[in-house]
Amino acid sequence: MTVLDVRNLSVAFHTGSGRLEALKQVSFSVPANRSVGVVGESGCGKSTLINAILGLLADNGEISSGEIIFEGDKDLARLDPTAMRALRGRRIATVFQDPMGALNPVLSVGRQMRDIQYRSGLSKRDKDARSVAMLRKVRIPDPESRLAQFPHEFSGGMKQRIAIAMALMMEPALLIADEPTTALDATLEVATIELLKDLQRDIGCSVLFISHHLGVIAELCDEMIVMYAGEVVESGTTREIFHDPRHPYTQKLLACDPARLSHRVARLPTIPGTLPDLRHRPSGCVFQPRCDRADAQCRADRPPNAVIGGSHIARCWYADISLAGVGA
Amino acid sequence: MREPLGAVGLTLVTVVVLSAVFASVLTSYAPSKISPAERFASPSLLHLLGTDHLGRDLFTRVLYGGRIALLIALGATAGSLVAGVVLGLIAGYGPRWLDNVLLLVFDAVKSFPTVMLALTLVTLFGPSLYAVVLVVMLVNVPGYARIIRTQTLVLKSAEHVMAARSMGASAARILRVHILPNIIGPILILISMDIPVVVAIEAGMSFLGLGVRPPTPSWGAILNDGFANIRDSYWIVIAGGLPIVLTTLGFTFFGETLRDLFDPRLKGRA
Amino acid sequence: MSSDDLLNVSDLRVSFRVGGLSARLAGRATEIEAVSGVGFSLQRGTTFALVGESGSGKTTLARTLNGLQPAVAGSIRFEGQELRGLSNAAMKPVRRRMPMMFQDPVGSLSPRLSVRALLSEPFIIHGLSNRDLDAEVNRLLALVGLPREFAERYPHQLSGGQARRVGVARAIALDPVLVVADEPTAGLDVSVQGEVLNLLNDLRDRMGLSMLIITHNLHVVRQIADRMAVMYLGRFVEQGDTEAIFRAPHHPYTAALLSANPEPDPDRVHQRITLPADVPSLLARPSGCEFHTRCPRAQARCAVDVPLPAMVGESRLTCHFPLNT
Repeated sequence: MTVLDVRNLSVAFHTGSGRLEALKQVSFSVPANRSVGVVGESGCGKSTLINAILGLLADNGEISSGEIIFEGDKDLARLDPTAMRALRGRRIATVFQDPMGALNPVLSVGRQMRDIQYRSGLSKRDKDARSVAMLRKVRIPDPESRLAQFPHEFSGGMKQRIAIAMALMMEPALLIADEPTTALDATLEVATIELLKDLQRDIGCSVLFISHHLGVIAELCDEMIVMYAGEVVESGTTREIFHDPRHPYTQKLLACDPARLSHRVARLPTIPGTLPDLRHRPSGCVFQPRCDRADAQCRADRPPNAVIGGSHIARCWYADISLAGVGA
Repeated sequence: MREPLGAVGLTLVTVVVLSAVFASVLTSYAPSKISPAERFASPSLLHLLGTDHLGRDLFTRVLYGGRIALLIALGATAGSLVAGVVLGLIAGYGPRWLDNVLLLVFDAVKSFPTVMLALTLVTLFGPSLYAVVLVVMLVNVPGYARIIRTQTLVLKSAEHVMAARSMGASAARILRVHILPNIIGPILILISMDIPVVVAIEAGMSFLGLGVRPPTPSWGAILNDGFANIRDSYWIVIAGGLPIVLTTLGFTFFGETLRDLFDPRLKGRA
Repeated sequence: MSSDDLLNVSDLRVSFRVGGLSARLAGRATEIEAVSGVGFSLQRGTTFALVGESGSGKTTLARTLNGLQPAVAGSIRFEGQELRGLSNAAMKPVRRRMPMMFQDPVGSLSPRLSVRALLSEPFIIHGLSNRDLDAEVNRLLALVGLPREFAERYPHQLSGGQARRVGVARAIALDPVLVVADEPTAGLDVSVQGEVLNLLNDLRDRMGLSMLIITHNLHVVRQIADRMAVMYLGRFVEQGDTEAIFRAPHHPYTAALLSANPEPDPDRVHQRITLPADVPSLLARPSGCEFHTRCPRAQARCAVDVPLPAMVGESRLTCHFPLNT
């Protein structure tokens, strides 16, 4: 079963200086019990994507076309606000980069975890018991005494784990994690990723994991999509994409990651140029202005999705050119 | 304009300001010209707002009273702004002990009821324009200073201030270039919303006889004059009260709209 | 510790007061030592990296070098001059030769100043405003690879990478000798990190610049630093030649940090050393070797004896049971 099926989603914003196309025909799906990673740099549209899924687009934004099918039967793009609110927090949970986005600084942790369970109909004692069990799952030491404490009494890593506990307490079908480990140190990041892996297996939910940290996506996600300037330029299993990236942007992005370099180099690889102005998208392929392989066709026509094999697709006229085995 | 209230506010403020400035053009009477024969005349074409107990044309007195109100409003406000900013910056950026001392002073001044302050100062200096200005400043400065102080404290540890310190910038330069421009915005809007309060203070003091000395026209004084005769000559009270209400409303709407327009966090106004 | 060291730090200590009178009366700890006896030297023309996680004290150390934070004890010798205890006025000429770059690329730029004003500021502060500031601004923009038009922009109109370049331009404006950079690649996309690192390396080659880089990103360290030191709870646990440490780390914490960076390869078998996740609070420092509470190799001795710094291989190390000897 597919928990989330995004089909041809396009989102536009009406700004004072013109119509900004933030997402263009984004399509991907999140199967049940799997982790899907969204890789992209600033400006690729990740935040807009999450906001669109959660029904939290700003007033001047709109879903101009496409569908967001949740659990096979609900189109989130067309759901009324009341129904959407019922889903949020219950069937779809979110964890953000800053745990203080989820934690109220003036309420105790126990109180907040109880509040999340308000629809469960359990007694206060039962709710607290569930909270303690959840805190134990996310490896907070001495959870019983922690319920009375306030968010500022916890370290950054612990706050994030509490936020994850709160998100997963209602056992959602889909957990959306927006850069949850970006602000954490490396050792904390590793611990949090391992935790998410365990929890996902335990609860049986799906995870949509947004990050610009390639290493984390490689470790945590089964499948992934690569976004650039509001479009999905490549998608497939993480193995397929890391071992045989076909879209020039993906190839360059992987090459840029200093973690891939096993020794010191004289010059680090970069991607020359900048993101296009989304109010005036380039003609043809969206990456063409920065691509060193672009030719007349790339500049004229937007490439279709080329199927490379299995679930691996890339939106490039020359997706059949493989770099695998070439001095990777 | 997108904001109807703001437009109303701006209109009112403009009317008040223009009518005060062009008072001599809009009316041919002298504000203090006594004309016993025309005492308590009700509003007519000759006297648009009627006359008071001394036969003075109320419309004229209202217009000239506007000058007093605005003079005090703008003058006292400017003075409060300067004093509040300087004290707030010093309290926020200077040594801890100075901050504590200044806070004590602010709290002490703030804890005095306005009327008591007014009475005390009038006893010392006699009722006058200066007493009013001083009262206004004492009422406003602690509040402004506190706000500036808090903002300064917050910015003191901001990275761009640290960066300036790391370059060797002096405290004066940091306050002037890196802190003040970033905190002055909200204060200016606050001030425009406090102008009605200033108008009210002046009117109140004049009403109590503690403000500008007669025969100088002041809306509060007109109100005072009209109170005694409210049953027979109700128009005097209207003449005194209406401009106070209109000015207060005008500046409040205007100030609130300014604040909303300058709030960068309002979504959808990209 | 030779005489041509550009920067020489020895036994440096920095503390902060945390509790007030009430805490002291209640017998609670009122001081935390963010930097506890740190010593290292930096040679001219080289890059030294300070590596550590949050709470390690690396940012405090950097700020103390610049004089933004007073040191309680120890010595900081820069170009032969002792910096500890200098007044603000005496530090001013030092700050000209040892500028600092801060972590938040946009946040470290004053929001209401244009790029032109930001780049002119070092000149104004140091009494050099009689120079042709427009020419200087253009020169600096060219040095960091930004087009001239950027002089009119404001910080909120700059991307992270562009703001970072402005920060670099500002730091090198007065031909400094040593640049202290706090997390120069933080908040930048991967494709932009390379640009900044390449720029810093270029400037080092062109201007003979020395650099002190503070970071938690080990991959960056390898690409830019000649020597490095790993910090934990305010102390150096290992310091030495970067390549040597990467090839064979001697301290368990260094090894854990190196293994903690997930590699972008789904097939690589991760021989991960996972530490119990929480760093002890500086208010309650562990006894003996402070890392023993999280160390996978800890033994009885580690909780009791404080290890003294010793040379192991090419690294200066504090550990009772080093790796890879």
